Amino acid sequence: MTKSDLIEKMARNSSLPQGDVELVVKGIIDMMGAALAEGDRIEIRGFGSFSLHHRPSRTGRNPKTGASVTLQEKFVPHFKPGKELRERVNAVEAES
Amino acid sequence: MALTKAAMAERLFTDLGLNKREAKDLVDLFFETVRQALEQGEQVKLSGFGNFELRNKGERPGRNPKTGEEIPISARRVVTFRPGQNLRARVHAYAGKRQ
Repeated sequence: MTKSDLIEKMARNSSLPQGDVELVVKGIIDMMGAALAEGDRIEIRGFGSFSLHHRPSRTGRNPKTGASVTLQEKFVPHFKPGKELRERVNAVEAES
Repeated sequence: MALTKAAMAERLFTDLGLNKREAKDLVDLFFETVRQALEQGEQVKLSGFGNFELRNKGERPGRNPKTGEEIPISARRVVTFRPGQNLRARVHAYAGKRQ
């Protein structure tokens, strides 16, 4: 499912015009990206939480030349699925 | 402060002029629609943010951490999130901004 599929599906289950639903979806995605870019967590009960995980600086190698390079510390986004999502995603599998 | 559904609904109310009921319902509908797709075994790709993917994991041996007793962890399907290039780059830059 892509963003446009998501917008269509939501519009079918909403009384609002599709254009408004599109603005909502874009707004939610923008807010989530902005929160993580600021180092804030996202907590959605029943869906999951997003947080940043720290990666300390390390010495890596250029795979082409073999030269050592120092990689700076960085943060990477991390998602932890919530209880309801974990259970629902696993339930269908158990039945089939 | 963590971003929550309530905070998202509040922003949609102020930025888009939806009423509070509509804003709350649409935020709920957004996450429920993503959950339904994943529940049905469909991956979800949100360009500019990232992809929610599904992985099937086989049974593996585990242990009850309290008793030390060996118990198998059953086969299961799990959701993983792969952040997109754009999100990765923005978050990567966070360490620099923080100082």
